Amino acid sequence: MARDGVRPREVRLRPAGFDELGLKRAFAPRLLPLLVAAMAFLAALTLVGMLAAAGLARHWREGAGASLTVQVPMPDAPAATGAGSRAEAVLTLLRAAPGIAAARRLSGAELDALLRPWLGATPGALGLAVPAVITVQRAAAAPLDEAALTARLAAPAPGTLVEAAAPWLARLAALARSLEALAALALVIVGAIAALVIAIATRAGLAARREALEIVHGLGASDGYIAARFAARALFLAAIGGVSGTLAALPVVVLLTRLAAPFTALAAPGRLSPADAVALPATLWLAVLPPAAAAIGWLTAEITVRRWLRRLP
Amino acid sequence: MIRFHEVGLSYGDGADGGGETGLVLRNISFAVPSGGFRWLLGPSGAGKTSLLRLLYLAARPSRGEAVILGHPVHAAGRRDLVELRRRIGVVFQDFRLLAHLSVFDNVALPLRLAGRPEGQIRADVAEMLRWVGLAGRMAALPPTLSGGEQQRVAIARAVINRPDLILADEPTGNLDEAQAERLMQLLAELNRLGTSIIVATHQTALLARHPAPALRLDRGRLVGDG
Repeated sequence: MARDGVRPREVRLRPAGFDELGLKRAFAPRLLPLLVAAMAFLAALTLVGMLAAAGLARHWREGAGASLTVQVPMPDAPAATGAGSRAEAVLTLLRAAPGIAAARRLSGAELDALLRPWLGATPGALGLAVPAVITVQRAAAAPLDEAALTARLAAPAPGTLVEAAAPWLARLAALARSLEALAALALVIVGAIAALVIAIATRAGLAARREALEIVHGLGASDGYIAARFAARALFLAAIGGVSGTLAALPVVVLLTRLAAPFTALAAPGRLSPADAVALPATLWLAVLPPAAAAIGWLTAEITVRRWLRRLP
Repeated sequence: MIRFHEVGLSYGDGADGGGETGLVLRNISFAVPSGGFRWLLGPSGAGKTSLLRLLYLAARPSRGEAVILGHPVHAAGRRDLVELRRRIGVVFQDFRLLAHLSVFDNVALPLRLAGRPEGQIRADVAEMLRWVGLAGRMAALPPTLSGGEQQRVAIARAVINRPDLILADEPTGNLDEAQAERLMQLLAELNRLGTSIIVATHQTALLARHPAPALRLDRGRLVGDG
């Protein structure tokens, strides 16, 4: 030791990020995070689209699907059976019917508001025989026999119409489910493309470091040891890309959710605003993207390297 | 011990079904006992490097049986060879150092792969580099070293983990006479301690100074053993 004048403490111990395979330069340090960031950006938008479709479906199911509209012609005429007017008799029957949570007759002002687009500023002044309109909220879990209800309402007030949203709601629900499925498929495709990009980058890294790999393999490095080095590097680069892409998508996501909010949520005093109600779960889901990108990077590199190493003896 | 029986090696795609055509080594049979020393001789193209590749497990026999350090490598799975490779030290003619790693890290690599603690690695590598006269070049990168210095790094890496078998392909080709003699004394010392050693060389002067049994190859066949 003294003979050479070199003290052991001058020798650097193995640093935490010891890079015996030289992957820091060889394994796509700039390109891979950029491509993964692009994939994460697309995944974020797709994910929000999927959540929006799910929100639409839920809104339609819980909103329009849970309501009925009942029209009573000549509402103020005496009921055919029992006492009171036709409208009052229908309201009484509705409130007592099983499966009905609430029933409310629209006021004259509300009816005018509904008719104003077609009949002008003062539809009440035209003297038209306007039927009473009753909005009915169904109990969430209770089944409702619409035909039987119509027949019962026609007894005190013949000509009463019951309009359920079910037929067009079924088509809307199918559309929403299709949108959800397409968004999920797009998400899977984006993930698969990300895996493909990482696999190609890994193979390029393997080709660039082939000589080093053969040397380390010859010195007794196991497949698992070598694959772990590549996987750790891929995880790091993919995580950077995942975080960058997700952050880049965040403003777009917030904007889109605010635009979609009126169609997917109901505002009510004391609740979150519609935009917040949608943006909050979307933001939470977006937090999954960077770990998912990192996991795809790790797993893809592990599989790619282990398969490549099989060509060595 | 090492035992080859009717070993053949082909680098082709095996289209001939393991026949004679395409074989770079044919019907190689020999044995080296534990702690034995062999020179590996033959003209260029005789198959010395191919035989060494079989011995350091960079290639598997296309035919025949090969037992290395007691392991039947012709029948072993890939995973079985990992530990075996750590018991074999190789000095390559072209050094095969990792250019991006320092001299210290190149020599430390076999110990790190074997999972030795860093404190022990530091002491062992420093001692080994002092022995080969490179204590002052620990932080240097291989491309900045002369051919002789790179050769000494390669030697240090090959012997740092006290392997059971040392294989050397023209190990003195880039060394001056004094360094070559020093290397031969190191190999002789390791051999006395029980390490099996096989050295491929063209240098007849070395054989004269260090007489030992020789494996002689010619055109892919073993033409002499003893």
